[in-house]
Amino acid sequence: MPDILTTCVYCGCGCGLYLREAEGRITGASPSRNHPVSQGNLCVKGWNIHQFIHHPDRLRQPLLRKDGELVPVSWEEALATTAWRLAEIKERAGGEALGFMASAKCTNEENYLAQKFTRAVLATNNIDHCARL
Amino acid sequence: MAGLATTFGSGAMTNSIEEIGQAQVILAVGSNTTEAHPQVARRIFAALDRGAKLIVVDPRRTRLAEHAHLHLALRPGTDIPLINAMMRVILDENLADDLFVEMRTENFLALRDMLFQMDLEAVAAITGVGLAAISAAAQIYARAQKAVICYCLGITQHICGTDNVQAIANLAMLAGQVEKEFTGVDPLRGQNNVQGACDMGALPGVFPSYQPVENQDHREKFERAWGVELPSRPGLTLLQMSHGGAGGPIRGLFVMGENPMLSDPALDKVRETLTGLDFLAVSDLFLTETAALADVVFPAASFAEKTGTFTSSERRVQMVRAAIPPFSGCRTDSDILMALSEAMGYRMDYDSPAEIMEEITLLAPIYGGMFHDRLERSWGLQWPCWNRNHPGTPFLHKYFFTRGRGRFMPGEHQGASEPVDADYPLILNTGRVYHHYHTGTMTRQCPALNRECPEAALEVNPEDAAALKLRTGELVRLASRRGEVTVRVLVSAQTPPGSVYTSFHFPETPINLLTTAARDPKAQCPEYKVCAVRLAKV
Repeated sequence: MPDILTTCVYCGCGCGLYLREAEGRITGASPSRNHPVSQGNLCVKGWNIHQFIHHPDRLRQPLLRKDGELVPVSWEEALATTAWRLAEIKERAGGEALGFMASAKCTNEENYLAQKFTRAVLATNNIDHCARL
Repeated sequence: MAGLATTFGSGAMTNSIEEIGQAQVILAVGSNTTEAHPQVARRIFAALDRGAKLIVVDPRRTRLAEHAHLHLALRPGTDIPLINAMMRVILDENLADDLFVEMRTENFLALRDMLFQMDLEAVAAITGVGLAAISAAAQIYARAQKAVICYCLGITQHICGTDNVQAIANLAMLAGQVEKEFTGVDPLRGQNNVQGACDMGALPGVFPSYQPVENQDHREKFERAWGVELPSRPGLTLLQMSHGGAGGPIRGLFVMGENPMLSDPALDKVRETLTGLDFLAVSDLFLTETAALADVVFPAASFAEKTGTFTSSERRVQMVRAAIPPFSGCRTDSDILMALSEAMGYRMDYDSPAEIMEEITLLAPIYGGMFHDRLERSWGLQWPCWNRNHPGTPFLHKYFFTRGRGRFMPGEHQGASEPVDADYPLILNTGRVYHHYHTGTMTRQCPALNRECPEAALEVNPEDAAALKLRTGELVRLASRRGEVTVRVLVSAQTPPGSVYTSFHFPETPINLLTTAARDPKAQCPEYKVCAVRLAKV
């Protein structure tokens, strides 16, 4: 597999970097030489960006709180519960009682869907992210 | 970013990062650039090598300040009087760009009246910076042909953050230092895709491309596109949601990849709010402090497992490419949202992120030409990019400001929300370190970064350390009116006497237990940079 060119997820500089993939694992990162911002250079966070991807503490299954404890459940159950609970609050208290925190870590496409979901489905403009922090 | 939007009409970096290397004068205000934006710092050093002059305005003697020709070490939270004084000097020395002010701006008389009424001696007393240094900085900046102002959260994270930004914009317009290549006002964005999340309308008051939800024409456009009726009232901001209290207005919350339980100020209030919700869903990579409080947690895919785009600080929209498929059991946030929307009776069906982007190009004019196939073949495009043939825009406000004329917004000094007193005699300032990032959800999982920087350090000035008999490495209890943490001392002259400085990356040292929930009434940005604290040996 050739290295995959992508964009760094840390600060707002937006460095271009290559992820090295071997047998389904990301094993390293290196800067793009021709990218207008990185120009062959990364900071220490960028050089080590691959290290969190395969961390053993990554969540691998949806969790649902049952009797006060978070327990692993199927995707179907997690999604159905969330949909039902959000719909129930919307019915009872209106869309104004619902909120969405989008993320500056997610892609543009995901943030677009997040605000579309909030406005069109939850029927509220209560959406914000950490731009203010 | 409300500040730049009201003055220039567009709340984003006016230049590209690469342009900073060609500037003749760089004025860096409230930005610890070498630690938080290494690539920008690199360009600043490149400019210095070419003979540029660097002026740093920062209470701390940062590494950047050590390279500066002029370091204005002002008292925290006194940026407005300092910048106003610089503008007064520009007027007194007849260095204003009169033609630019006449042709391209409005409301100049209000600014001029305010400047002529100000007392420069009082400014020196408030800011703690001598008039000679202020005058020198103003002259260096205004006499340059190409000068850039870089500012960061040292400006915005104050109770008067919007006014701070407007003061900077006023300064740039008065000196005519906008609209050209290598010249402008550059807010450095703290996160990889803050710019994009704002552009996409993940904000309570605007649709994608900053189209206000209150405007009926814009709303009707989105109603037609999405086939539903849309709410017209602007929503709640982040802190209104996370600090509403147990019986607050929000009953159900979905958190996508954020960690308010570490990043938001006054954490006790956040915990009370989140545990008081009827329902909380979180999607994240790890079981964060916030996810641990949730009713449902979705395992999300990381950036290496998905395709899409990020928009960097310089408005550059670039591809993110999947290097590996999502881990078994994980899904991308788009997939989670689509499935959830479908389960709630509204079909959102997209085959690929490219198809989502096609919908964005139709609805968000500044992204009009950002098709994935174009981004694939280039190093990204800088918005505004109006259509498929548009080449993108490396620097903004050429020939005219986005809002037509730039508007001067005079503003006066406001004291911090929590001044120091006998009980809490020190100012706490917070920021980032080079090795870690925000709440550390990702960087704290990287062994190399943890080895370099395993824990938070509290910088204390040698004078204060001597008075309190503290040495580097000792543990102290750091307390404010809202809470306390135990943290290790680092005696450092980087931090001025009377204030202490630390980072908020470490869950073991949740510094935001201490910070104040006071915020800028216009931008709702919390005052992270000033709160009163005291120190005691453990």
